[in-house]
Amino acid sequence: MSQLDDLKAAIKDRLGELDCVIGWEQGYDALHATPLFIRSEADLDRLIIGPLAVHNLSTYLPGLKGKKVGIVVKGCDSRSVIELLNEKLINRDDVVIFGLCCDGVVSQRKIRAALSADPGFVESVTVGADDLKITVAGQNATLKLADVKADKCLTCQHPDAVLSDVLIGAKHGAPALASLACQDEFEAKSDAEKFAFWQETMSRCIRCYACRNACPMCVCRDYCIATSRDPLWVSQENSPTENMMFQMIHVSHLAGRCTECGECERACPVDIPLMLLRRYMNKQVKDVFEHQAGTALDQTPPLFTFKVEEERIHERGW
Amino acid sequence: MERFITKTNLTRLAEDLAATCRVLAPVATGGTVTFHRLRSGMSIDLHSRMAAVSPKAATFPQTEELLQVTREGEDKKPEIHETLPQGKNVVIGCRPCGARGKLIFNPVYETEKIKDPYFIQRRDNTIFITLACDRPETTCFCHSVGGGPADTAGSDVLLTLVGEGYVARSVTPEGEEIMKHALFEDAGDKGKEADAKNARALEMMGPAHDYSSAPAKILARFDDMDFWTAQSAKCISCGACTYMCPTCYCFNITDDDLGLTSRRIRTWDNCMSHTFTLEGSGHNPRPTKAHRLKNRVGHKFSYYPDLHKKVIACCGCGRCIKQCPAGVDIRQIVNAAQEYSE
Repeated sequence: MSQLDDLKAAIKDRLGELDCVIGWEQGYDALHATPLFIRSEADLDRLIIGPLAVHNLSTYLPGLKGKKVGIVVKGCDSRSVIELLNEKLINRDDVVIFGLCCDGVVSQRKIRAALSADPGFVESVTVGADDLKITVAGQNATLKLADVKADKCLTCQHPDAVLSDVLIGAKHGAPALASLACQDEFEAKSDAEKFAFWQETMSRCIRCYACRNACPMCVCRDYCIATSRDPLWVSQENSPTENMMFQMIHVSHLAGRCTECGECERACPVDIPLMLLRRYMNKQVKDVFEHQAGTALDQTPPLFTFKVEEERIHERGW
Repeated sequence: MERFITKTNLTRLAEDLAATCRVLAPVATGGTVTFHRLRSGMSIDLHSRMAAVSPKAATFPQTEELLQVTREGEDKKPEIHETLPQGKNVVIGCRPCGARGKLIFNPVYETEKIKDPYFIQRRDNTIFITLACDRPETTCFCHSVGGGPADTAGSDVLLTLVGEGYVARSVTPEGEEIMKHALFEDAGDKGKEADAKNARALEMMGPAHDYSSAPAKILARFDDMDFWTAQSAKCISCGACTYMCPTCYCFNITDDDLGLTSRRIRTWDNCMSHTFTLEGSGHNPRPTKAHRLKNRVGHKFSYYPDLHKKVIACCGCGRCIKQCPAGVDIRQIVNAAQEYSE
């Protein structure tokens, strides 16, 4: 049986005890998947998995707290579930985790860059073992999956679900790059160059908060400091300075909590490379606290604790 | 008036206009295309893809200063300065849906009783040079909501790509005035080619969906929260759809107090946000994303057409579908309401 058949069988087994199971189905065109809320066996027919099923569905879990929910997770998504559990934002007893052994997902941006016509004109897509055959505006193209994989998949150390009730597929692990060229290139820039880059980039931010709401760890949601009106902490003005201020708040609130699922960057409608900030912050947290969010149960994010003296911060030696 | 302008000359025209007006045009930066105020060194990108963000900001900026307040000292009476928008704007290269979108604002911001001077002044000082679409995207449905790939509503000039340039047709006297520029040349018989191209684009869109039953059908589901909870399950309640929508016109007003100076700004608001209807008492009549999405769909396809001559408050540009992080498709929601049977 295929991985999809195994998954369908596993969900069918547990569906009766659950309010719903969250997976993916084909979205508005052949290139896009969309979250699917499975409530009956009939809904199961629409379930898909594979490189187009990109969304980290754990984003929905805190909003469904109190309900019995099943969720299909890739390796990276399972880290978000663990982090939500560790922060007690969801209850383990209420969640059934259908874990996948993942071969990576695509980046719609890389697909867009690789095609000669806009993928908005897509007509059909066939997902192969190593490639995507795409017909766009009457032209056929074959894209190697390796070339259009999301950046997060290139450095992923946990392709198989880290935590699951049912694990679908055979564990395979994955050789991962230690770091990304785009990240190294960015960090090699001078402070002035970085500042100029963000000023230019943030000038196109529309503060739509897709990055915030797509983030599974952004759990303040309706009570976010950026949109609170009483008190009014952050100006509602849309300017590079204010937009960057919001992103700085965002990345600080994720310090030690971000699982690098990349949803913020994927959700951004104007392609702001937000992961440059996330990866940098995560590197600092790893260096200082030896902590990686969502990799083990019962971890506490370092900024949730207080120690008089941190082992790796030598205050007295300054 | 019908004229022709080469691609190179359209760029020259933009540069020429930029000397006296604010010119907004699609520019590719960082892998995306958005409208930018044209400055030297920027090149217009008309064809790689439809701009991710609509040209709404030309007539309704995301941040608009309504007034400035200055005080000489704490005990002095504050002075209030009006800040009505000055100067002329030209939008080059928006699509027909984007130009049409701003028409939705008119019956709201210019009524007998209420006139919004900021919007009216910008609208009346902005020229739209629009580019007809030659192929629909998977998310396009302009022809189902009153528009079309070569629709002229809201435009001053409509361009159709023919060979290495554009057949330009004036829609308004202001558009005709711009087309008197020496960079335009005789169109010869290229007009026929443009007509054929526009007809082909409309044909490619397939049959239009009939939304005439939508206002009543959506209203009939108003109290059915199970329906809206199911329809909104995958929505993450961000504001991407509203901010990219050419027809969303809701705003927020805040005072940015900077000590002895302050400014009152109007910014785009977002009906997907909890604070959108949060009352001073703390009560919120739209406490969940289901309530909020119901309002967004209902506003566009039910309440607005009921109030304003059956006009649907959507221009079918599909940005809300294409750019939604969760792939929420407003067409599907309206269809579900239209097809619903007890």
